[in-house]
Amino acid sequence: MTPADLRAAFLADLTAVAPDLDPATIGDNDHMQDDLGLDSMDFLNLVSALHKRFGLPIPEADYPRLATTALAVAYLDQSLAK
Amino acid sequence: MPSLGADMEEGKLIEWLVKPGDTVRKGDIVAVVETQKGAIEIEIFEAGQIGALLAAPGQTLPVGAPLARLGVAEEADVTTPVAEPEHAVQSPKSAAAPAPALAPAPAPAAPGGALLASPAARARAAELGIALETVTGSGPMRAVLLSDIERHVPATSRTDSEPAAEAGPKGKPGLDMTEMRRAIAAAMSRAKREIPHYYLTHEIDLQSAQDRLTALNADRTPDQRLLMGALLLHATVRALAKVPELNGRYEAEPYSPSGPVHCGMAVAMRGGGLIAPAILEAQSKDPDEIMAAMRDLVARTRSGRLRNSEITQGTITISSLGETGVDTLIGVIYPPQVALVGFGAPRMRPMIHDGTIQPRLAITVSLAADHRVSDGRRGALFLAEINRLLNEPATP
Repeated sequence: MTPADLRAAFLADLTAVAPDLDPATIGDNDHMQDDLGLDSMDFLNLVSALHKRFGLPIPEADYPRLATTALAVAYLDQSLAK
Repeated sequence: MPSLGADMEEGKLIEWLVKPGDTVRKGDIVAVVETQKGAIEIEIFEAGQIGALLAAPGQTLPVGAPLARLGVAEEADVTTPVAEPEHAVQSPKSAAAPAPALAPAPAPAAPGGALLASPAARARAAELGIALETVTGSGPMRAVLLSDIERHVPATSRTDSEPAAEAGPKGKPGLDMTEMRRAIAAAMSRAKREIPHYYLTHEIDLQSAQDRLTALNADRTPDQRLLMGALLLHATVRALAKVPELNGRYEAEPYSPSGPVHCGMAVAMRGGGLIAPAILEAQSKDPDEIMAAMRDLVARTRSGRLRNSEITQGTITISSLGETGVDTLIGVIYPPQVALVGFGAPRMRPMIHDGTIQPRLAITVSLAADHRVSDGRRGALFLAEINRLLNEPATP
């Protein structure tokens, strides 16, 4: 998957968790909790969706690497390449 | 139309999930009603067979108006035709069926001229110094509704912050923020008016609970992981066993605590407002079951598919700021409950552990409790028990 595909997939899962977010207005550096208002349950649902989509374990220690869309795309790209 | 809160006066039927002739068991979901708290699934209060559906989707009915006829057990009425919807809404009295109505019927016309009024109307009338006798009621059995009181107030004495009940369009599906604010305002005003609150706070060392949680989650896929919130709720519910008087609903004198713990949790709505639906029978759930119930409840709160038992039977409420925010949350009790437990955001703080100052994860828990039913000493015991349970190695 190209980074653009990963970004689209990530945004699809994010907006499924938080349907009020408009993918067009989500900035690559918006912070999931601080800027987009996800709570711990929303974030866990997002991690669960990504786990299901990509089959990655995504341990809790890696959560900070999903803090923004830009970070998440880099993380997914790197994890899938392994 | 069941009452889904002291301030509810009417509800709009969204859809029927049963049809005439269907057999239902107690607790089955039979209809969806739109309220200030979003769409609520209505559970039936008795087993039987659905007779006539008296209300049509889209209709707004006052609390107490019959929605349908229910044939009970052997005398089930299988041939009742669907009633004329117009008839049902225009004269709810004549629709009062011989068979029990789906919703508890309104009290029969009060003898001796005693005045019927909704709780919200009584409260508002008292606030404004209006004698209920001087107000013409428009509700069932001529009951005085909040909107009647508001109409009675001279226009000049209304403040901008308190729009009249009839103002603003109603009935669009989904959540109406104005209505939700109004519901929160009514409940919280009542709490501060009627409940003599006292408050206690306690700082808890959460590091060992966090360490156990991290170890537990390390072996689990994301969909099986627990949140700290589940451990906090689990410990709170267990601590109630030690101070049971904090769990209950103060609805009649004398107050008596509830056996089961129907633990409300304040769920913030994205976009503002909050709803506090309850996890029913939380005292019999382990942390995994609590977590599953929380996931389910949060999802259904946000999508607007709660059940009436979940929003009308809570016996205590927990409000938590989650992982980000400030240190302390001191709440307002959700009436007629008698206690609210608030958790601030956990934060690394310098704490004394094993005789040395160490950076430890800490959380401040608060209790707002009703002084009519408990005292500070008992409340303190309760918070100390939550602390003990969170530091107990046996629990995850």
